[in-house]
Order: sequence, then structure tokens, then C-alpha cells
Amino acid sequence: MTVLNSKIPAGPLAEKWSKHKAAIKVVSPANKRKLDIIVVGTGLAGGSAAASLAEMGYNVKAFCYQDSGRRAHSIAAQGGINAAKNYQNDNDSIYRLFYDTIKGGDYRAREANVYRLAEVSGDIIDQCVAQGVPFAREYGGTLSNRSFGGVLVSRTFYARGQTGQQLLLGCYASMNRMIGQGKIEMHERNEMLDLVIVDGKARGIITRNLVTGEIERHGAHAVVIATGGYGNVFFLSTNAMGCNGGAAWQAYKNGAFFGNPCFVQIHPTCIPVHGEQQSKLTLMSESLRNDGRVWVPKKKEDAIKLQKGEMGPNDIADEDRDFYLERRYPSYGNLVPRDVASRAAKERCDAGFGVNAEGKAVYLDFKYSIERLGQDVIEARYGNLFQMYEKITDVDPYKEPMQIYPAIHYSMGGTWVDYNLMTSVPGLYAIGEANFSDHGGNRLGASALMQGLADGYFVLPYTIGDYLADEIQTPRIDLNHPEFDKKEKAVNERLQRLYNVKGSKSVDSFHKRLGNIMWDYVGMARNEEGLKYAITEIAKIKEDFYKDVRIPGDFDAMNIELEKAGRVADFLELGDLMARDALNRNESCGGHYREESVTEEGEAKRDDDNFTYVSCWEYKGENQEPVLHKEDLVFETVELTQRSYK
Amino acid sequence: MADKVIKELTIKVWRQKNAKTAGKFETYKINDISGGTSFLEMLDILNEQLINDGQEPIAFDHDCREGICGMCSLFINGRAHGPDDDITTCQLHMRKFNEGETITIEPWRAGAFPVIKDLIVDRTAFEKVLQAGGYISVNTGGVPDGNAIPISQDDAEEAMDAAACIGCGACVATCKNSSAMLFVSAKVSHLAKLPQGRVEASRRAKNMVAKMDELGFGNCTNTGACEVECPKGISIANIARLNREFLSAKIKD
Repeated sequence: MTVLNSKIPAGPLAEKWSKHKAAIKVVSPANKRKLDIIVVGTGLAGGSAAASLAEMGYNVKAFCYQDSGRRAHSIAAQGGINAAKNYQNDNDSIYRLFYDTIKGGDYRAREANVYRLAEVSGDIIDQCVAQGVPFAREYGGTLSNRSFGGVLVSRTFYARGQTGQQLLLGCYASMNRMIGQGKIEMHERNEMLDLVIVDGKARGIITRNLVTGEIERHGAHAVVIATGGYGNVFFLSTNAMGCNGGAAWQAYKNGAFFGNPCFVQIHPTCIPVHGEQQSKLTLMSESLRNDGRVWVPKKKEDAIKLQKGEMGPNDIADEDRDFYLERRYPSYGNLVPRDVASRAAKERCDAGFGVNAEGKAVYLDFKYSIERLGQDVIEARYGNLFQMYEKITDVDPYKEPMQIYPAIHYSMGGTWVDYNLMTSVPGLYAIGEANFSDHGGNRLGASALMQGLADGYFVLPYTIGDYLADEIQTPRIDLNHPEFDKKEKAVNERLQRLYNVKGSKSVDSFHKRLGNIMWDYVGMARNEEGLKYAITEIAKIKEDFYKDVRIPGDFDAMNIELEKAGRVADFLELGDLMARDALNRNESCGGHYREESVTEEGEAKRDDDNFTYVSCWEYKGENQEPVLHKEDLVFETVELTQRSYK
Repeated sequence: MADKVIKELTIKVWRQKNAKTAGKFETYKINDISGGTSFLEMLDILNEQLINDGQEPIAFDHDCREGICGMCSLFINGRAHGPDDDITTCQLHMRKFNEGETITIEPWRAGAFPVIKDLIVDRTAFEKVLQAGGYISVNTGGVPDGNAIPISQDDAEEAMDAAACIGCGACVATCKNSSAMLFVSAKVSHLAKLPQGRVEASRRAKNMVAKMDELGFGNCTNTGACEVECPKGISIANIARLNREFLSAKIKD
């Protein structure tokens, strides 16, 4: 393997990070002042990185497409953040968090990265508390914990059902302090549309000012991509409407390898799809599975009556309810990992036991915990989630079970990075959900927040110094360099091409077509035939898109359809790569379920002999086949076993 | 859960090309909207209709569509976030409207929030107030263990109540004086309720209030309208706390 160097330090797992930190270079305070860093995205990863880098003395330029950095979609994370604090004295440890994450990811993540993640997890909690994050507390004043799927300890810290919001406001406050001090230059409503590389190194970005429509140039000594995941390829997902894969896709087209694009997470507890006009799906936190029991009717005739609206869930006696997660997975029960819970729901619904008109919903029932603990306790734990559910569905979940169904939620795949979080383009970094590194084939609940903040607060600020130490002689980046001219022209041409199609159909109509293909053939269950079909269909949609898309409004002004068109252009290509990756990976692991690779009991079956690697895709040019490189995953510490939650 | 279907609605909406051009109301018809459609999905459907007719769609701010990012705004039939309590516009559903109704949609109207286009306004004044002091001055690293400072459950809960603010600007848009006192007081209270934030509580209150005044937000005359329209139920008790912090800081000066 010559093109990929993961730069995993040698030595015992538990010593790798400290030895590496001791070995890497450090930039002096006087030199940090001379160095500029661009951070694209202001969620937990980008926000924490921007704040930390600015505090260290670097000049940071931060970008987000929203009108405020505080609105990045990390804000919608509900349930919590994991940390190996062992505050509950339940025998938790760094090793246990590491092991749970590796196992939860179905052995497709890097040991060294995951161990480091577990190692810094405790510091994150301390940092957030110091920033004033109002975590839930016990009467004695200490921090509370709860449990999440795929683990047997309580290590999840939370702030009601708004943990992501509070953590993001914490790092956004730190950013604001640095903006006030002039150390961060904040660019809101500004979207990255290309990467500028000079002499082989990332030196800047081309953006579109979403208010004025102007194309802008921004230079820096290093560029950090923290733009989250690409779940919106599916059109319907729990991602925010504006979430996009654009920055990561431009990085890919400029030489950064894309890792495991087919690994997306399907979250089991979302409000089911309603009608044709739905614009997005709403997540109901996994934390609800602590106190809610998942079931469908045992009898087919009951299911049919429910689908026709002839009876309600409360008409079905306890003995006629099939608590299928507790039945199939007695030791983890309702708290099995997300991929397992999602597939089990699909299995029941496909067998005809779904409970709504479309037959695509199961119940999440709080009746039992309300009987056990009282409504006030449940209300204190989940009040805001119950209110959200009632506002959307018009059903009171205190009285009737919630209806839930799986939906696209998170991207485990992403830009390939080495141990330093640097991509295959020197000086270009990817952090948080935007990179591929820590979650393998499936992410455990409450680990996204942990990874975003780990990368931004405690990993990147150190590792980026190792690169920048050699850049202290590099003057401020010249925005008149021919590479900036070239990339600005390319962006203009790309947008003009879309704008000038002047076709007859809206951007959304193409996005929905793509989403339907992705969900049906590159979604929860995949097979060779379907994936090949998806690749040809996506190509057709792409062709139609460039022939018939209609973008009204002005080119050089605020133009929301033009923004969306650029993102959908990227999604069309990303969807193709996801299908190719899923086709190549002829094994089931984590969220990636190939119908050709299952156990006799219908569980996902990994193929460690042939697929214990990271798929790293290299862009070869427009309409050229991408090239697959493999980073072999070497497990020095854990033994690979078939995952069992029984 | 069979939802009603509204056969026809009249949508009267503010259209404005950009900050420099005068705006005006335009009227559109929309048909067959099911009650389970969210308000923003209704606007999506209307926009699809406009695009198909060769017109420019209505620009409005939105992102998470689950009531937490604070990006969506809209004054609907004279109410910030429309005719329902404790929700944002993205959580409003069409079942709250009646057959044949005319729905009037305006942007936030406040001097400190100029219109950018149609229903989109510029709320960066909020960010500037936060940059003036809405934080605890602590660098990454070198902080005590999370359990080193016990915080009573009541204090943590009260801090959380105030911290729940999503910064949408409904309070400013609703206030007849366009005051940002509820927004500012929520941040001041959140941090002042916690021992970590107490240290610089006075400085924070003074700096944030000074910035708020400078940016053209109005004064608070205690009408309580902000509290009523706040989608997150932020209490005006926070304003009393801000006043106390501010006064005691001024007395010390």
C-alpha cells in the first residue's frame, strides 16, 4: 500500500497518543500569530476547533452557510455525550468505551483512533462544564448519567433532550469570545464551493456569499473541513435541510480520498414518513429506548386492523404484543445498537406487522415505565421530546405509544484522514462527522458529539501544529495566485452551467428522484442487482438534471434555488460513489447490510477474510471510474468476533 | 390519525427583492393541503408551484425543521411563529388552519433586523451582543474535573431553562419596542446561575447591555409579549435577573 499512510504510531495501544503528542512538532506563540487557518463548518467539530485554535493564537477564518454559527445541525442532537468517567462506579473505563465503540462499529474502525477518542472523552466533559453547559445533576450536585444502545454501563451525560444544543452553545460561546477579540473572522451565510491547492498543499477555498451571490477567495496555511455528513443524499433524512456534502465532495475532487462512503446510519426511532410532501424526518432520541418498549402486534389480524385504523394500540392486550427486541436480544433488549434495532423493525414491517396505514411503523411504548415510575418522572426525562412528537403527529405519547420507523441519520463514512486527521491532500484536514475515522460500520448513540468535540478540542489543535511548524516561513497566502483565478473561474462556470439550463423542473424534483433510488436500493438492505440498477438510474437522473433543471431568480444575488442546485449536483455524484462502494463491499457489517451476506438467523454476517479494510476512493475525473485503494485494518488488541447482542 | 385536507388557502406574503428595494404583499392560492403538512412544507409546495409557473420562489430561512436551530422565523397572521404556543414555525402544522382561510406571512419586523430578501432578515445583531460577553472566559484545557464543583439540581435546572433559548428573534419581533431584553437576559441568567459563570457576571451584564443599546434594540417596558411568543418558554423572570445584575454592577462602578 503505497498511496495511503495512516501514520498510526507504533507501540502499545494505550501509549500511542501520549507518545505521538510528545513526538510531534509545536509552533511557538510568536509564529502562531503569523499563521492562518480556515475552518469550514461551525458545528461541534468546527466550532470547537475554531475556538481552540484561536485561543492558541492562530488566526482563524470560520465559515457556515447558516445565518449564525450556532445553528449548525449538531444543535439537534438530543440524547447525550459519552465519556469514560466511571462516575457511576459501574466498572467503566477508557478500555471499555474503546471496546464498545470498536465492537459497535462492527470492527471497521481504526483501533488507534478509537482508543484516542475514548482517552480524551473525559476531558470533554470537564471542558463543557467549565464553559457553563448545564448538564443534568443529581441532588448532591454531581453529574447525572444515563445509558445508551450497545453498552452495559451508564456513561452518557446529558442536558435534558437538548444535549447537542447545549454543547454547541458552549463551543459557540468560546468562538464568540474569540470573534470579539478579533482572533476569529466569522463568515456567515457563506458556502465553500471549491478548494485551492498551491504546489500540492491546501491553501484556500472559493466560497459563494449567499447574501450577495459574490464568489469570494479566502487563503490560509491550512484548511479544515468540518461540514458534517451527507445523509441528505437520501432527500429524506434527519439532517437539517441545508446539510450537504459539498465541501467534502470538493475535497474529493481535488485529491482527498473518500473513505467508506456506503457506511450511513439508519436511526431506528424516527417519526414515520407521512404523505408525499414531507421535507424531512424527525428523530426521537435513542434515550427514549431506556424507558420505552418497542413492539408490534403478535397477530397479523391485529396489524391489519391497526393499518386500517379499525383499532388502536391500547386495544391490544399485553399478551398479544410482540416485544420483538426483547424476544430476539434478551441481554440488550430495547437497547441494542441502532443498526440492529433498525433492521429488526424493517423485518417486522416487511413481514406485515407494521402499525400505520403504510405498514411502515412500530410502537415505542411508555405505558410500562409510566406505571413503574409515574408520569412526572417520564415528563422530567423526556418532556420536550414528547411535546415535539405531539406537535408533529397530534397524538399524545403519554396516552398512546409513539409510532417510529428507521430513517437516515448519520454518515460514518467520509473524507479519509490519517491519525493526524489530515486528508490525502497536505494541509487539508477533516474532523467530526465529515471524516470516516472512528465509527466503523455503525456509530453508537451519544458518540457523535464525543467525536466532534474530541477532534476539535483535543486532537486537531495538537496534530495541526506538526504540519504548520514547517509553514512558519510561508507568507500570507496570495489571493492573486493563478490557482485562485483558475478555481474561481471553475466555480463560476459550474454555477453558470446549472443556471443556464433553463429547463422545466425544480431542483427538489431531481433531489427527490435521487432520494427514492437511494432509499430503495442503497438504503437499509442492498444487493448486487439493486446496486447496479441504482448506478444506472443515478446516471439517468444526472443527465436529466443537467438538461432540464430550472433555476429562477438572479445569478448574482441571493438565490436559494441556485444554492440547492449546487448541492444536488454534488449529491448525484456522491450517490453514485456510495452505490459503487456498497457494491464492492460484499459483506454485511454495521449499517451496511448486503442481502448476500447473512447468518442463518438473519443477522448481518461480516467477511473478515476479504473486507477488513477501509475503502478509500480516488477521484479520476468527470465521468471516469473512481479507483479503489484499501487501507488494511490491523487489530493489535481486540479479537474480531461476530457481534452478538443476544 | 386521519388528517383533514384543506381544499383552498389564500397566502398573502411579503415579497422584497433585496434590502434596497421596497417590498409589498403578493397573494397566491394553494390547494389540497393535508393537516399533517408542516407550515414550511406548505411553503415548499407553494414554491414548487411558483417555480413551475416560471416565477421566483419565496425566500425564507429554515434549517433543522425540528424546532431547535432557531433559523426559521415568520410572522404568521400577526403572531411570531404562528397560531400555536411553544413552537417554532417549522413545528407548526396546517391542521391549525381552516378551509378557505387567508394566511398573512411577514418577516420579523425590527430596526435591528433588516430584511435581506422576502421573509429573510439579518439577525447578526444577536451575534454581536453575544460576542460582547455571552461566554465564560475559559480556554480549552486546564479546567477542573466535571464533578469538582457540585451544582445544586435546582440551579442546574434553572440555568438550563434559560439556556434553552434558540436565538430565533421572536421576542424582538413581537416586542412593540423591538427590545432584545429576553434574549440577552436568557444568556446572562444561564451563566449567572452557575458558579463557573458567576465570576464575571457583572462584567458580562454590563457589556452585553451596552452592545444591545448600541445596536438599536429598544427598551423593555414590561409588556410580557416576548414571554408569550417565545417558542422555548423563556421566562421574563430572566429580565428581572438581568436588571439586578446590571444595577448591582453599575452601583459597584
